[in-house]
Amino acid sequence: MSRADRALLSVEHLTMRFGGLVAIDDVSFEAPRAKITAIIGPNGAGKTTVFNCLTGFYKPTVGRLALRHPRRGEFLLERMEGHAIPAAAGVARTFQNIRLFPGMSVLENLLIAQHNALMRASGYTVGALLGLGGYAAAERRAIERARYWLDRVGLVDRADWNAGNLPYGAQRRLEIVRAMCIEPVLLCLDEPAAGLNPRESAELNALLTFIRDEHQVTLLLIEHDMSVVMEISDHVVVLDYGRKIADGTPEAVRNDPAVIRAYLGEPEEEARE
Amino acid sequence: MQAPGARPPFDLLGALKDAGRVAAVVALLTVALLGARVQDASSGPPLLFRFDDVIAAAALAFFGRLGVALLRARRALPVLVGAIAFALGLTAILLLGTAAGGGEGAVLARRILPFASPVVNWTLAIAAWIMSARAAWLLWHASESTLDSEAREARMDRLGARIQEWARLVGPLLLGVAVVLPFLPGIDRRLLDIAVLVVTYIMLGWGLNIVVGLAGLLDLGYVAFYAVGAYSYALLALYFDLGFWTCLPLAGIMSAFAGILLGFPVLRLRGDYLAIVTLGFGEIIRIILLNWYTFTNGPDGISGIPRPTLFGLPFTANPAEGEASFHSFFGLEYSPLDRIVFLYYLILALALVTNLFTLRIRKLPVGRAWEALREDEIACRSLGVHPRNTKLTAFSIGAMFGGFGGSFFATRQGFISPESFTFLESAIILAIVVLGGMGSQIGIVFAAILLIGLPEVFRDLNQYRMLAFGLAMVTIMVWRPRGLLAHREPTIRITDHPSHGADPAQETRA
Repeated sequence: MSRADRALLSVEHLTMRFGGLVAIDDVSFEAPRAKITAIIGPNGAGKTTVFNCLTGFYKPTVGRLALRHPRRGEFLLERMEGHAIPAAAGVARTFQNIRLFPGMSVLENLLIAQHNALMRASGYTVGALLGLGGYAAAERRAIERARYWLDRVGLVDRADWNAGNLPYGAQRRLEIVRAMCIEPVLLCLDEPAAGLNPRESAELNALLTFIRDEHQVTLLLIEHDMSVVMEISDHVVVLDYGRKIADGTPEAVRNDPAVIRAYLGEPEEEARE
Repeated sequence: MQAPGARPPFDLLGALKDAGRVAAVVALLTVALLGARVQDASSGPPLLFRFDDVIAAAALAFFGRLGVALLRARRALPVLVGAIAFALGLTAILLLGTAAGGGEGAVLARRILPFASPVVNWTLAIAAWIMSARAAWLLWHASESTLDSEAREARMDRLGARIQEWARLVGPLLLGVAVVLPFLPGIDRRLLDIAVLVVTYIMLGWGLNIVVGLAGLLDLGYVAFYAVGAYSYALLALYFDLGFWTCLPLAGIMSAFAGILLGFPVLRLRGDYLAIVTLGFGEIIRIILLNWYTFTNGPDGISGIPRPTLFGLPFTANPAEGEASFHSFFGLEYSPLDRIVFLYYLILALALVTNLFTLRIRKLPVGRAWEALREDEIACRSLGVHPRNTKLTAFSIGAMFGGFGGSFFATRQGFISPESFTFLESAIILAIVVLGGMGSQIGIVFAAILLIGLPEVFRDLNQYRMLAFGLAMVTIMVWRPRGLLAHREPTIRITDHPSHGADPAQETRA
């Protein structure tokens, strides 16, 4: 198997300019299938911008974002509309500042993630309004899937709570399983461990490896918490000032002089030269 | 937090200053509203000044405000004495004045009473009684600490939840009352007309609720769809001689189409921007109706709009030769009230259809997607919900119900002109939705009764009628800033966890 076959996502020459500001400058990397790829880098390196390009919130200035869906063929994400990327190509994401539907219940949050399947089952509302069959069964299946994921993160007991009333850590987990309810092939997580305590952080690691191993989902992860990155990621991409400065296994990246320079600054002797 | 029962320090000077400020504002406002009255120049000076009203209003505002400040500082005793004395005196004089009829006592009472209008005086008396009751309650429960605004909000939310639980009981009860209303004793033509008006606004409120309450799209031009529905019916009847029952669905379809036409380009806007565009759209429709004289008859309006029939039976006293009318067919005495009763049931049925539709669609994926769009549009997009199409369905379905309401309006009035479709109508319907509690069906019923029914009942107040409207609005906004019944129940539950059914946050926050 060649490298391109294994990679689910290929980012090629991605460049994003906002007026005169170059947020991402010619970044290329690959996310191998059913592996966890971490994108790290100092603040302002352009990590979230990469995510926004991948999920259609920004249109890249230059570049090709090819996703090879195992069942549905190849998608060029840079050409797709924002809402079609999760629906058709199966790319789900979470947000740095959690974006749940706070006024709706936990279960409702998970059902909205299955909106497109339920819409089809309800005959685009007309069928279900007229009482034509099939919708009730589809709704039961959707609830079953929601319950499966709630079980996984220990939120079944709180399924009828308003999502906004959950504690912070539970909100983070809910956002991840909500993204999983769209049955993605690529899951992009924007700082999932931010604000979690060590115990919650460990639970998160377990959840992410479960998603990777049991559901064969490819994960893309922006993270500052190095314990998470080094422990669970299979592949690390390092960005600095919009450029890729390193790419490889966690061990290789940890010892890369360019990465150390980006995080810790120049050693004193070099700076004096 | 202070210990329960402890009284916060009371700043008398500050309270006096504050009350003085309020009194000054009231005086400034009332000088324009009450103080000067234009009168016929032949019988004296053109402007008549009535400063006694201004002084009375300012004094009442001063003492009222001082009383509220004292209550807040838990100094209930002086308020109790003052308020009870005032309430007793006022009520006694009012009762005496009523009992005395036109005699000397009535003249004397009129001289003592603060205002000329009995309704205002009675409102004052009731307010005074409420204040004394509040003071008495505070004295009785001296140990209970005052609630801060957040705790009060949580408590009101639980109250809203309880009322909504009752709604399962109260809803059918209200419906039963609504069904037998025309046959209740004491219901005359005037009250029935008010009931038709209130139910019309309830239906429009429920229609707009889909757009504003569920989908969270602030629509300031809802009356445009109302107008499209009314004119669709009127023009179809005028040009093609179609009856009400053929035109009703057509009017709905045309309004929905107008909704799609407007929604398609503008629904990418959010919040205030969308509000401004819809406001403009409302005006555009009205101005088109006003100026396209050859088609819509412009400001002259359209008259002779056919009345609705019951399966082809008209409600006329003298039907055309060889045709039966409602009363002759059923062998009844002709009564002009029959038509009003029929109209009442017609709008009641339309309103119920709107309500059932909303209740059902909230539990379907599209209804949930509307609410999700209201909560967070970006999250929706990241989950594959098509924002524009979903908003468009909400917008056009809301417009459709506006169109149904419009064609009912046209058939009820028999005459329509662009004057009926001003921005004020949009504002009133929106006020009903917002004050009722966004998304709450039963809240809209209460808000419509409060905002439409009350001013109609207070018609005796003449030009001060809108003050009752304003008072109702201010009261709700102070007492319940998120609307009367802004509590939301989940549309679906995980069934086998009854013990975890309720959101404990509602119980523990108290």
